[in-house]
Amino acid sequence: MAKIMMCGNEVIGEAAVHAGCTFYSGYPITPQNELTQYMASRMTESGGTFIQAESELAAINMVFGAAAAGARAMTSSSSPGISLKQEGISYLAACQLPAVIVNMMRGGPGLGNIAPSQADYFQATRGGGHGDYRTIVLAPSAVEEAWHLTHLAFDLADEYRNPVLILGDGILGQMMEPIEVVRKHLHGKMANHDMRHKPWALTGCKGRKPNVIRSLYLGEGELEELNRLLQMKYSMVKSKEVRFESLYTEDSDLVVVAYGTTSRIVRSAISKARQERLHVGMLRPVTLWPFPEAELQKLANKARAFLVVEMSAGQMVDDVKLSVLGKKPIHFYGRAGGGIPTEAALLDIIRDILRPRSRNRVRV
Amino acid sequence: MKKVFERPRSLRNVPTHYCAGCGHSLAHRLICEVIDELGIREDTIAVCPVGCAVIAYEYWDFDCSEAAHGRTPCVATGIKRVHPDKIVFSYQGDGDLAAIGTAEIIHTANRGENITVIFINNGVYGMTNGQMAPTTLIGQRTSTTPQGRDVLRDGYPLKITELLAQLPGSRYVERVSVDTPSNVIKAKAAIKKAFRNQIEKKGFSLVEVLSPCPTYWGLSPKDACLRISGEMVKDFPLGVIKDA
Repeated sequence: MAKIMMCGNEVIGEAAVHAGCTFYSGYPITPQNELTQYMASRMTESGGTFIQAESELAAINMVFGAAAAGARAMTSSSSPGISLKQEGISYLAACQLPAVIVNMMRGGPGLGNIAPSQADYFQATRGGGHGDYRTIVLAPSAVEEAWHLTHLAFDLADEYRNPVLILGDGILGQMMEPIEVVRKHLHGKMANHDMRHKPWALTGCKGRKPNVIRSLYLGEGELEELNRLLQMKYSMVKSKEVRFESLYTEDSDLVVVAYGTTSRIVRSAISKARQERLHVGMLRPVTLWPFPEAELQKLANKARAFLVVEMSAGQMVDDVKLSVLGKKPIHFYGRAGGGIPTEAALLDIIRDILRPRSRNRVRV
Repeated sequence: MKKVFERPRSLRNVPTHYCAGCGHSLAHRLICEVIDELGIREDTIAVCPVGCAVIAYEYWDFDCSEAAHGRTPCVATGIKRVHPDKIVFSYQGDGDLAAIGTAEIIHTANRGENITVIFINNGVYGMTNGQMAPTTLIGQRTSTTPQGRDVLRDGYPLKITELLAQLPGSRYVERVSVDTPSNVIKAKAAIKKAFRNQIEKKGFSLVEVLSPCPTYWGLSPKDACLRISGEMVKDFPLGVIKDA
C-alpha cells in the first residue's frame, strides 16, 4: 500500500476511524485543532457522530455517554483542556468505560503557550482527576507510531474497560511524516468493539435485565470493593501491557530515558555519541503507565548511570528513580515552558557524564 | 373485579429513600406510567442526576446511567447520538440543571438534541442540606440564605425554563406542578407529550416540575404543596411556555 503524508493529529483521527471509532466530540485548542477538524469531516463521511461541544467538560461527558452506549468514542485536547476533562476521565475510570483521550501537550502551567511540552506527565500517569484510578498512557514518538498506537488504544480501552490516553505534544501533532496505512489491527486480541460484545452497555433492556452505569456506592464496604477490583485490574495491566523500545542498551554505560518527541532528539544525539565511541543507549517507554519498571531495574544492574531527558522540569524522572531504587546515579536534563532540548546540548551532557572532567552537571 | 390502579411495570417494587411529601416519588411514578403507556420500557435509557434523585436507577426498571454534576444532558447526548432510535431522557434537579449544568442544558437545547428532559424544581438543594438554589425565591430562607434570599447579595431566581424557551433549538417547554391531583394529571400529560415528541423525532423537549421539599422548606407535606400554589407559581407560572 502506498505511503501518504499526514500530520500526527490527522493520522490519529484516521487511525481512530479505521479502529472503529464512531463518536468524537471535542473543543478547539491549539496544537491539536487538526484532529478535531479532521474528525469533523471523517465522522460525517463514515456515518459516525461528530459534535463540537461547548466546552471540554461537555466533550468528555458526551464521550462518557457514547461509551456507556457501547460505541468506540474519542476526544482530544491539549493541556488546559485536558485539565477540564479530568472530571470526566475520573468518572470513565470509575464506571469502567472504554474511551480514548488524546492530549497534544503544550507549555504550562496555566494558559502557558502553544509550544510543545511534556509537562502533563504527572497528570496523565497519576490519575489526574479525583480518586484512586489509573489510565493507560501511550506515548508515540513518530507519526507512523501514532497510527499503530491509536489502534492499540481503542483495543486496550475495550479489553480493560478503561480510559486510554494518547500522550503526544505539539511537534508530534503538527509534524508531517509519511505513513503506510495498513488496514488491519495490530493488537493481537483484535477489536472487541462490536456492541454485541459489550453486554454491559446501555442499549435498551430488551430481553435482559436493565443495565446501570454508575460509580456511586453508598453501602458499607461497597465502594471499597469497587476500588479493590479496579486495583486488581490495574495490576493486571501492569503485568501485561508494558511496552518500551531499547536502543544499544546491551552495552551501554549510560542509559538515556526519554519518551515521545524528546526521544527522537536523544536518538540523534546518541548516534553522534556512538561515533565518538561513547557507550550510550536509550530506553524509550511507549507505555508511560504502566511504566517499564522491571526493564529499568534490569538495566540498573548493568549500566553505570542514567540520564532522564524530558520537556518538563522533571516528572518522569520520579518513575525512573522508583525503578532504579538508588542503585545507580540518575542525571536529569529538562526544558520547561515549551523549550526543546537540542542535540548539541544532549551530546554535551552525555560526554560530560561518560568522560567526567569539568563542569558541574545536574544530578538528581 | 376490575383493577383500576397498580404499580407501573417500569417502577421497581421497592421502597424509596425520599422524605415524606417529596415530589420525586410522584415524578418518578409519572415517568414510569408514561413509559409503560407508550410501550417504550425496553427502548428507554435514562440519565440520572446528582442530588436527591441520584439513585433513581434503584427505582426505575430500565437502562440508566449516572452523570457527573450538571453534565447530565451531555451524557444523554452521547447516548442518543449512538442510539438515535432509543428513547433517552435526563432527570435533573435545579442545582444540576440551573447551576452547575447551565452551560450544558443551554447548548443541548440549542442543538435541538432529540431528548426529553424532566427538570425537578424545588427551589433548594435537598441532598446537601438545603442550601440556596438558583431557583430559590426572594426572601426564602435556606441554610446559605439564613436571613432569606437577598437580591443584592444573591441575585434573582433564575427562570431557566423561560430562558431555554428562547432558543430556536428547543421544541417544547412546559412548566407543571405536582401539588394537587389535577396538577399531577396535567404534569403527566406534559411528560407524555415530551416523550412522544422524542418518539416522533421532533427535537428537544423539557418539562419543569414544581416539586415540594417539605424537609428543607420547613413545612408539613400539605403546607409544602400549598406553598407551591401560594408562592412559587408567582415566580414560576404554570403552563406551556413554548410548543413550536
